[in-house]
Formats: sequence, C-alpha cells, structure tokens
Amino acid sequence: MIKIENIHKSFQGKTILNGISGVFEQGKPNLIIGASGTGKSVLLKCIVGLIAPDEGHIYYGDKEFTNASRDTKTEIRREIGMLFQGGALFDSKTVEENVMFPLDVLTKMPPEEKIDRVNFCLKRVGLEGQNKKMPSEISGGMQKRVGIARAIVNNSHFLFCDEPNSGLDPQTSILIDDLILEITEEFNITTLVVTHDMNSVLGIGSKIMFLYEGIKCWEGTKDEITDSGVTEFDDFVFANKVMQRLR
Amino acid sequence: MEALGKYFLFLGKLLVNRESFGTYVKLVIDECMAIGINSIFLVSLVSFFMGAVTTIQTAYNLVSPLIPDYVISLVVRDMTILELAPTIIGVIYAGKVGSSMASGLGTMRISEQIDALEVMGINSTSYLVLPKLLGSLFMYPLLVILAGLLSIVGGYLAGQLTGVITPTEYVYGIRFEFNPYMVTFAMIKSFVFAFLVATISSFKGYYTTGGAVEVGKASTSAVTQSVIAILTADYLLAQLLLK
Repeated sequence: MIKIENIHKSFQGKTILNGISGVFEQGKPNLIIGASGTGKSVLLKCIVGLIAPDEGHIYYGDKEFTNASRDTKTEIRREIGMLFQGGALFDSKTVEENVMFPLDVLTKMPPEEKIDRVNFCLKRVGLEGQNKKMPSEISGGMQKRVGIARAIVNNSHFLFCDEPNSGLDPQTSILIDDLILEITEEFNITTLVVTHDMNSVLGIGSKIMFLYEGIKCWEGTKDEITDSGVTEFDDFVFANKVMQRLR
Repeated sequence: MEALGKYFLFLGKLLVNRESFGTYVKLVIDECMAIGINSIFLVSLVSFFMGAVTTIQTAYNLVSPLIPDYVISLVVRDMTILELAPTIIGVIYAGKVGSSMASGLGTMRISEQIDALEVMGINSTSYLVLPKLLGSLFMYPLLVILAGLLSIVGGYLAGQLTGVITPTEYVYGIRFEFNPYMVTFAMIKSFVFAFLVATISSFKGYYTTGGAVEVGKASTSAVTQSVIAILTADYLLAQLLLK
C-alpha cells in the first residue's frame, strides 16, 4: 500500500500539484488519469522520489519516504520497479543484461540463479528466447515488456508505470495492460499506472484517481466513471468518440 | 556561480552512497578501453606530426650559424614534454572523449535511463561518472606519455628526411641537460586535465534537459568549457610549479 498526503509541487511559481492525497492499494492496479499537463507524471515522480515535493508526505507501507534518511530511501527504492514511458532500457546492454541489471548491481545472487530468474521473468512477459537481442532490435511493445520484466525481476513490491501504452497500437496496448494486471494480481504488488488512455481505464481501472489542473477531482472505479457527476471528469472521459457513442 | 556550486555538489555525489567495489571494476575497465584504446590512433597521429612540424619549424627559425643544430631537438623535447603532449593532446582529448561522455550521459538523461537507475536505488552519479573519471585518470597520463614519445620520434624522422638535423645531433639535443622534473610536471598536468575533462563533460551531460538538440548543445558546451578549464589550469600550474 502507498499513501500520499497533501502533496504540493510548484515549478517557478506555477503550481503543478495542489494538495493531492490518496491511498493506492495492494494487489490491484491503481490508475492516475488526466489530460496532458495536469501533473500526473510529476505526481508519479514525486512518489518514486525523482522529484522532491514542496509539501506533503508519502508512505510506502508504514515507512515514511519523503523525509526518510538516504539509507531508508535506498532500501525502499530497492523494492520499486518502474516502467518508463519510453522503456528506458540501457542501449548498450542486451535484453538479458537489461533484465539482469538490478540483480547484478543490487544482489549477490549466484550467476546461474540470476539467469534462471531472468529467463522466468522474460517468459512471464512472453519474451522467452529474446535474451541476446539489443533494445534497438525489438519493437516498442517488446521494449515495454522488457521494461516490465526488469521492473519485477528483483521481486519488487511496488510497480510504477508511466504511460505504458504511449506509442503502441491498440492491440499491443491491451496486451501490456493485461500483463500489468496479471503481474499485479499474481505477485500481489502495489501497482500505480499513469495514463490518459481510456482503454486502460476501462480495462484495468480497479481504482482511479482523476487529476485536473493539479487537483484531485474525482476518485472511483471503472464501473463508476459514467456517473461521476464531475463536469471536468465527464469532459475527459467523453472526449473519446467511442465513449460518446456509449453515452 | 550557481553552476559552479552545482558542479562541486555533483563532485561530492560521486563519492557517497556507492555500490560495491566489484561493480566498479568492470565499469572502469570498460571506460579505460573506451577512453584509452579508442583514442590511441588519433593521439598517435597528432603527436607524430606535431613533433615533425615542430622540428621543421624550429630549424626554419634558427638561422644563426652560432646556434648549434642540436638546439632544434632540445626545443622539440622541451616543447613536447612541457606543453604539446599534455596540453594540445588535452584539447584533442576534450574534443574526442569529453564530447562522447557528455553526449552519452545526455542521451541517457533524456531517454530516462538515469531516472531508471535512480528509481532502482542506485546513485546514478557515482555509478555512471566515477568509472569515467577513474578511467580518464588512468588512461590520459598514458596517452600523454605515448604522445610525448611519438612526438619526439616524429621530430627525429622529419629531421632525418628533410636533412635539417642529423640523427646524432638530434639524439644529443634530446639528452642535453635533461631535467626529469619536466616529466613530473607533465604528469601532474595530465592528471589535472584528465580530471577536468572527465568531470566537466560528465557534469554537462548529466544535467542535460530537453531533447536531441540539447544533447548536441551539452556536448559542444562540454568541449568548450573543458578546453577553457585546461588552458586556465595550464597557466596556473605553470605559475605554481615552474619557479
């Protein structure tokens, strides 16, 4: 479980996040949605510690993260896996080396065990046999799956996904969404997905937080999105032609 | 001043919260290969011609019959060891290795690879930059020694081919009143320049923001600022150590 309390963040006097609070539950995908520029990615970066919030607290389980010592932060971060928007795979390493990287640097696991673990994770994301390929030799969807394998290889308790479907075709997007859902449930991890893709919202939105101009505007589940009663949220949801027809 | 403060904080981060020693061994070896082995050809080529041209130009300028020919090689030796090998090669080093460091780190920054390291709980500064710095400190002095040797050899061959100085006189001039402190001075300079190029270029690359255009700008800026730092340090070291 991750809890955030009253998160504020401004850049050069412009408020990006204005008092966001919420709880992201374990064992289900938690979605942060909103239009471009509403602060979704900034909130995600605050939660993982890439950006320090101006105010507020972030808790990983019962551990306070925001004001924790460097060692505690490192300890918490080693339980985090993250899928970046562009995959963020290391260009100079093969698929296998990319997935093995957290094990190489953060653990003292024997080499055979590391290979087994990497093969297990690659198989889990449907990429068995792709070990020796370079990131530039595989498709965008495969890069995302390698990113997921790297994020879970170290038995992470927290999985963060920043726009996991950006740049992917609808079918591959569904595959990635399904994979995120399966992994979340199978390993009982706390997953937080930042997206503006309505397919993802309808597919895996067990818990949804909607941001509008840096404020949490609405919170609920995918079954509640059609009767939110919040104009800003309705504008976002029904901007999509398919959703308009459904309405 | 803000950038200078940020640079010193960046240097401080190199040494805190490091990974295990074993992690760095392979990284440093990889950097030594990338920095050193890949620079040998260019450094050799430049050094050889630098020595050859210095010999011919010195001979051209020494027109007085009162000045013995061995002065030509003496001038080549002193210029090579004191200035040409450490400083001119330093400028080339900044252009080749410094720009590569800055663009490599800049690309890692804009493609979120550095963020990925940070999220994993790895100190990206020490993981990425410390091996580059150590590789630079190991390899640049060796490149300077190679450059010095090849420059003197280049001068020898040019002198022989053009007939401006005989081989015997050239060798006599090279050995005449040789002061070993010059080599010490060149080595001190090479360590300082290696440090400056590696840290300034890494700093510029590490803090790149934006996209591909900014990576190019960071790379250019890394070379420019490294060269300025080299020339400033060159002057200061000459003032401090050659009294």
